[in-house]
Amino acid sequence: MAKVLVVTSGKGGVGKTTTTAALGAALAQSGKSVCVVDFDVGLRNLDLVMGAERRVVYDLINVVNGDAKLPQALIKDKRLETLHLLPASQTRDKDALTDEGVARVMEELREKFDWVICDSPAGIERGAQLAMRHADVAVVVTNPEVSSVRDSDRIIGLLDSKTVRAEKGETIDKHLILTRYDPNRADRGDMLKTEDVLEILSIPLLAIIPESQEVLKASNVGCPVTLNNPLCAPARAYADAAKRLNGESVPMTMPTERKSFLDKLFMRRAA
Amino acid sequence: MNLRGIFKQRTSSTVARERLQLILAHERAESGRPDLVITLREEILAVIAKHVAVERDKVKITLDRGEGVSTLGVDIELPLNSSAKFAAEKEKKAA
Repeated sequence: MAKVLVVTSGKGGVGKTTTTAALGAALAQSGKSVCVVDFDVGLRNLDLVMGAERRVVYDLINVVNGDAKLPQALIKDKRLETLHLLPASQTRDKDALTDEGVARVMEELREKFDWVICDSPAGIERGAQLAMRHADVAVVVTNPEVSSVRDSDRIIGLLDSKTVRAEKGETIDKHLILTRYDPNRADRGDMLKTEDVLEILSIPLLAIIPESQEVLKASNVGCPVTLNNPLCAPARAYADAAKRLNGESVPMTMPTERKSFLDKLFMRRAA
Repeated sequence: MNLRGIFKQRTSSTVARERLQLILAHERAESGRPDLVITLREEILAVIAKHVAVERDKVKITLDRGEGVSTLGVDIELPLNSSAKFAAEKEKKAA
């Protein structure tokens, strides 16, 4: 049974596209067939983060308008056989997306894939609402920072009212991914703690992604962080999140960068 | 370039800069005619349809944006006998 997952946040720049690419790759690595869909019409970036920007021919709007069939528009990942991308249009605006057209494409995607992951645009307007409309599962990406938490709360409200499931009186599974988390700063009291954010938003935690240089490195080279450096802390956290989405129970740990003996030695000297 | 430069690995920021330069050059060039690929596909198909029956869904179009040039790939499945059948039908119509 296919699942449609929306990655959303309200606020921009918190890591939706990074999360979409990382979860998509991790789920595909676990053997599932996955399609990541960019809903950020006019400002597409998922293609760039996935490293497929040179190969984009058709986009979501072409498929919605019938200019291209869905299989013609899907871009197959060069590293993972079961991972696909449906890019957003760079040149049109989101009014070109009709409700019926999006519904039809999502239905077709459900038939083809195990997981359909929709990368939402920032904001709470039509684009964000279209991205979440057909979702069964939502991942709310939040930074431990006041404005991000407030915007996440708005988005959770929309998930409970503006989705097809909500309108039918069904529930939508909501999960929190806390990104750019720095346990040291949280311990010192300079950053909201995980418990604080969970208490305020009261949705279950899917993963804590530690602040890491690896995330920028991966986007620089156009490779999901889970593929670019599978052993780094954020990649392991995303891989655990993917397992939890597949129904496995994985204990929640705070992944840290593994330091070599020499690194530790020099750290101590420097301190 | 000094010795260190030769042995130094290409950093991820170098890759980022090169990828951006390439894709932005293409986007700026394409900005005037966003539906170029669709227009090309329609016209190429129209020419081919004069001679053989093609199923539109069996047309695969690939694009690779490279430095200075893009490569457009048009992959059209021509079923066996399609040209013979097509010619027979055409003759029937003419008769």
